Order: sequence, then C-alpha cells, then structure tokens
Amino acid sequence: MNLSNHIPILIIAIPLLAAFLVPLIGRINKKATGILTTLALSVSLILTIILAVKILTVGPQVYVFGAQSPALTLPSGLKFPIRIMFQIDAMGIFMGLITAVVSFSGAVYSLTFMEQHSGLDKYYSLLLLLTVGMFSMEFTGDIFNFFVFLEVASIAAVALISFRGVDLGEPAEAGFKYMVVSSISALMVLFAVGIFYGQYDLLNFAAIASVVKYSQLDKIALGLLVPVLAMKAGAVPMHMWTPDAYSEAPAPISMILVAASQASLYALFRVTFSLYNITLNTLAVGWIIIIFGLLSMFIGVTMAIIQKDIKRLMAYHAISQTGYMFLGVGVGLAVLANPVALSQYGITAMEGGIFHIMNHAMYKGLLFLTAGALFFRTGTKDLNKMGGLAHSMKYTTIFFIIGAAAIAGLPPFNGFASKLLIYESVYRFNPLLSIIAMVVSILTLASFVKVFHSAFLGPKLPQFREVKEVPKSMVWAMAILSCIIIFFGLFPDLIVKNLVHPAVMALIEQFKYTGTVLGGI
Amino acid sequence: MLGLLETGSGFWSAIIWVIVVLIIGGIVYYIRNKGEESYKKNTEQDKPFISGNPELSKEGSHISANHIYWGFTEALKDYYTPLVKTHTGNINDYSSWIIVITVIILIMVGVNG
Amino acid sequence: MIGNFPYIAAIIFIGLGIYTLMFKKNLIKIAIGVVLIQNGVNLFLITLGYIKGAVAPIYTYAPSGQIMVLPTPQALTLTSIVIGIATTALILSIAMMIYKHYGTLDTDQVRRLRG
Repeated sequence: MNLSNHIPILIIAIPLLAAFLVPLIGRINKKATGILTTLALSVSLILTIILAVKILTVGPQVYVFGAQSPALTLPSGLKFPIRIMFQIDAMGIFMGLITAVVSFSGAVYSLTFMEQHSGLDKYYSLLLLLTVGMFSMEFTGDIFNFFVFLEVASIAAVALISFRGVDLGEPAEAGFKYMVVSSISALMVLFAVGIFYGQYDLLNFAAIASVVKYSQLDKIALGLLVPVLAMKAGAVPMHMWTPDAYSEAPAPISMILVAASQASLYALFRVTFSLYNITLNTLAVGWIIIIFGLLSMFIGVTMAIIQKDIKRLMAYHAISQTGYMFLGVGVGLAVLANPVALSQYGITAMEGGIFHIMNHAMYKGLLFLTAGALFFRTGTKDLNKMGGLAHSMKYTTIFFIIGAAAIAGLPPFNGFASKLLIYESVYRFNPLLSIIAMVVSILTLASFVKVFHSAFLGPKLPQFREVKEVPKSMVWAMAILSCIIIFFGLFPDLIVKNLVHPAVMALIEQFKYTGTVLGGI
Repeated sequence: MLGLLETGSGFWSAIIWVIVVLIIGGIVYYIRNKGEESYKKNTEQDKPFISGNPELSKEGSHISANHIYWGFTEALKDYYTPLVKTHTGNINDYSSWIIVITVIILIMVGVNG
Repeated sequence: MIGNFPYIAAIIFIGLGIYTLMFKKNLIKIAIGVVLIQNGVNLFLITLGYIKGAVAPIYTYAPSGQIMVLPTPQALTLTSIVIGIATTALILSIAMMIYKHYGTLDTDQVRRLRG
C-alpha cells in the first residue's frame, strides 16, 4: 500500500483519531492531553508540507473515498463522479498550510496558557475537531461535504468560545450570538446546495462547474451564497459577532478562529471563481465584493480606534484586514472577463489579496498571542488599567512591535509586500479605492501606537511589581510566528512566485479544476 | 538573492531597503558622535522640558487609553455617535442585518446578474 | 400546481423562522426560530427527491421494473437532522448558562458586549 497516495486523508484522520483519544488519556494523566494534541498537529503540519511540495511540482491531487484506488474519479461507464472526494489544488493547499501552522502554534501556546483550567481534555478534543473541520473545508471537492464540515467547525468553535463561561457570563453570551448567526448562514448554504442538487442532480464542485447554465435558480443560489459566506468571513455590515466572539475566547482559540474565518473566505472564492467563473456577470458581483471590502476596511478601523478592551480592538482590526482581501480579489473578479485588464493588473490584485490572507493569519495570530500573554500575567484585558509592562516583559514587547509593524504595513515586514501589490494594482482599476486603502493603513498604525503606549510604555506601575515574563511554551509559539513574518518580509518574491501565483492561476483557470475530476485536461 | 518583488508598475526589495537603512543609520550615528560630549548630571540639564512647568510624578502623567486621540474622536463625533449606537449588541439586530443584506444582494444579482 | 405545495410550506417555515429571529425577545424563542429554519430547509431537501408514481428506494424490496424515488436527498436530510440536534442542544445549554449568570432571558438585557 503506497502510503504517499493517502496523505490527504491522513492529514484529517490523525487529528480526528487524537480528538477521540484525548478524553481517554485525560483520565490517566492530565498533562498528556496537551502533549498528544501537539504531537498530532505536528504530524499534520509535516504531512501538509510534504503534500504542498507534491502539489506544486506535480499537479492537483484528487482523493476519492471508497473507490478501488484513490484517483478513480469516474467509476466504470459513468460520465459524472458519484463519490465524495477531496480535490486539492494550489489554492486549497495554500489555505491548508495556513491552518496547519496556526493550529500547531495554538496547541503549543495552550500547553502553558490553559494549565490552570479544569476540563482540559474537552478543550484539546474540541481544538482538534476545529482543526479537522477547517482542513476539510479547504480540501473538499463536494458541496454537501463542505456544509457538514462548516457545521463541525462552527459547533467546535462555539464550545471553545464559551469555554470560560462556567465562571463568567460574557463568554456564554458571545457563544450564543456566534451559534445563532452561524446556524443561519449554514442553513442558507444548505438551501443553496439543495437548489444545485434539484437542478443538476450533482453534488460535486467540478461536475456542477462543467454544466452550470446560470438560470434563474442559479442566480438565487449565488445571491444566497455570496452574502452568507462573506458574513462568516466577517464583512461589514454583518460583522457584529466578530468582536464579541474573538474577545471572549481564550487567546489561542482567537488565533485559530481567524483561520476559520479565512476558510469561509476561501469557500466564497471557490464558489465565484471555480463554480461559476465567467457565466456570471463578473462586473456586478465583483463590485459587490469590492463594496464589502471598502466598508469592512473603513468601519473596522474607525471602530477599532475607540476601543478600550485590547482583544476587541484586535478583532476590529481583523475585520479591517479582511476588507483588504475582499478588495484585492474583488478587483480580480471584476476584470475576469476582460483578458487585457486581467493580465495587466487583475492577476497582481488577486496575488495581493491572497498573499494578504497568509500574512494576516500570521501577524494577527501573533498579536492575539501577545494579548493573551498580557492577560495571563496581569489578569485584565482593559487598556486603561495596564501600563509600563515593557520593563518586565521584554520578549512580549519585541513580538508586539514586530506584529504591530507588520499589520500597519511598515517595511521590511510582510504586511508591506502584500499591501503594495494591492495598492498598485487597485489604483489602475479605480484610484479612489487605493486612496481609501492607504488612509485605512495609516489609521491602523495609529491605533496600534495607542495600544503600545497604553500597555507597554510608561513607568512601572506599583500593582504590576511582580509581573515576570511569560512561560517558555508561549514564547516559543510567538517566536515561530515572528520568524515566519520576518522571512516572508525579507523574501516576498519566493512566496509569491512559488505559493501565491499558482494559487491565483488555479482559481482563474476553471478548465483545469473540472479537468482534474472529469478527465481530459 | 536580492528578493525583488515585481508589481505591475515597479519593484520592491526588502533587502536593498535594509541595506540603505543601515548605511543611513551609520552616517547619522557618525554625525551624532561629533556633538557636545560634556553635560552636568543631576542638574537642570537632565530633566525633561515641559515649558518651565513643574513635573508631576511619572505615574501621574501616564495618559490612559480612553484619553489618547481625544481630539480625533471629538472632531468626528457626528460620525462616531450613530456608528456606536448601531452596534447594539442585540441578537435580533445581528440577524436583521444578515437577512436584509441577503435580500438586497438577491435582488441585485437577480436583476442584473 | 398542487404538487408544489411542499415547496411553499418549506418557504413558509423559513419565513416564520426568520421572523422569530428578527423580532422575538426571549432567548428560548430565538432557539425555536433556528429550529424552524432547520425544519424548513430539511423539508425542502426531502421534497427534491420526489418522482411521481415511484416507490420507496429500498433496493432489495422493490418490484422489478418500478422507478424509485431519489435516495440521495434522504441521506442529505438525515445528516442535516443530526447536525440540527447538535446545534439545538448547544444553543439551549448556552442559554441555560446565560440564565445562570445574567438572571434574565431578555435580549435587551443580555447585551453586556456592545460598542
């Protein structure tokens, strides 16, 4: 049995097996739960990197469940696929790498952050289930399978947000709001799945993409899928669950929730680019996504400047940075039917937007982890009560400076590289959009200077006299993310040429997506 | 080796930027070292200059987070007051926004899809 | 025309569920609204598989030469009902936790996170 053919399913199966072993091992030894989680997620990370190398050199991979061999998409004599399959191309493995790195850092950070809590076996089991849900959302090629794992990830995320709700009331309220909003969106996705099945009798992404005719029912399905998936990614004006959920969750879970929102953003791009492609009116739908982006950027950052709670401020910045991704990819979608404009600036805009997804996951994760470190040592999230912590927490200060410079778009970190791509290409589409993006970047820098002054600068306050540096595992988790940020900042061309550009071409060229499954490229 | 990122209208290289910053930093450091070297410690020359006013304690003059950017928020009060009032925290309003935006986009895609 | 009645019933269910989510103030009523939308979408899914004059899709029991109703929507609906159970259980247990800490189930009072 050639094990390298089965890597896609091993990436999902090993954390899933560990998720069900963790409560059993938790009865014997409490510390072993965290170690088992970290081991399972490190194996997933290594397998994802091996799969990424294989996909970027050989080509897209398909894994069919229950067939005689994993690549047998069309069983004998049939012209359409009937089994559930994973279909991983360059864009899917790009998101898979983000999920793998973020969840591994979250598990390493949780080893010491969550040490004093009880019920840790449930926490690690839910963390592994959330990771499984995110991986499968990004790898699947079947639209109903996407709905099932969307719900798995949502339920695991709600339970983790309300984890501290046993003692306090606010996490329970945040969990309730997230669950209601998430149920509405998942049921609308299921309704759209029903519309596709009723018309074409097919559930496979690639098979529907080859026969979609853009009738009136298809327009209803698109009109349901675009706002609902944009809402799960945190687009304004449907963004109000985001600050509540991200601020009340434990700090490593906030970081993994950011990656879960980007998985919904990936699903939005899959639906508009690979499922419909140029059958839809790309200018209209592109402008809808660009308007989402503009509103998210501007309202996100202006609401962030007035916040007092450090994690609510960072959650509003997550909304604002997601606006950049909507803007970049929306410009790419708007010029998809126009080959001249697409090759001049459309592809560069999409490269900027998609590179920004990975950069954002890295630096926003780092910032949430530093906020968690501050909460761990001082016991408060209120910026009015903190001050002068740079004297005692030196590592946290350095990591915060790296994260804040990256999110504000200062060279030489990675935020500048992706924002430069977005500014220069969106300017050629419409200059006003680029100017609003630059103003938002300045306001981002302003609000992080506010956080840095309130929390770190100033004299040493008497109530924080015995504050020390955070434990080792938290420093290691933040160091991994910082090294990735610095590496991406110094060598952006390596990442853009090898990871981002194949992902963009995989989204634009729909015939390769359908050809992988239906044969005959 | 230089890490050149090609955008459509130019290029960006972080390594050239770092080298230029180090060179300029070196020149600045050299010019700074040619300055005045002697000063009297623990006299008036050591304290911060606040236009002649007496200095409060260091703990008393730390501005808390609510009061930073007071000028910005006060000048944009007409924009901020309706915006903060819209963020009610009520679950009915969260669902209403989702349904209203879905209906608007359904109409837009259905009419000129 | 009469054959379209299940579709109209599904849309009415979803409409009632959306009305409950938007205008009712009690947290338990909001949970019931979510369940109403789930029921509407499940009814829509199961109605998609109907073929006029066909029998139940049991492979070993059907007489030969008979058309069977489509079995895939039945599998989709079963999966969706199970997911609905998990969602409803989680929403109700979180509502219990909110009642323990806040002392009320009114959405105008359960609003400490705002702004």
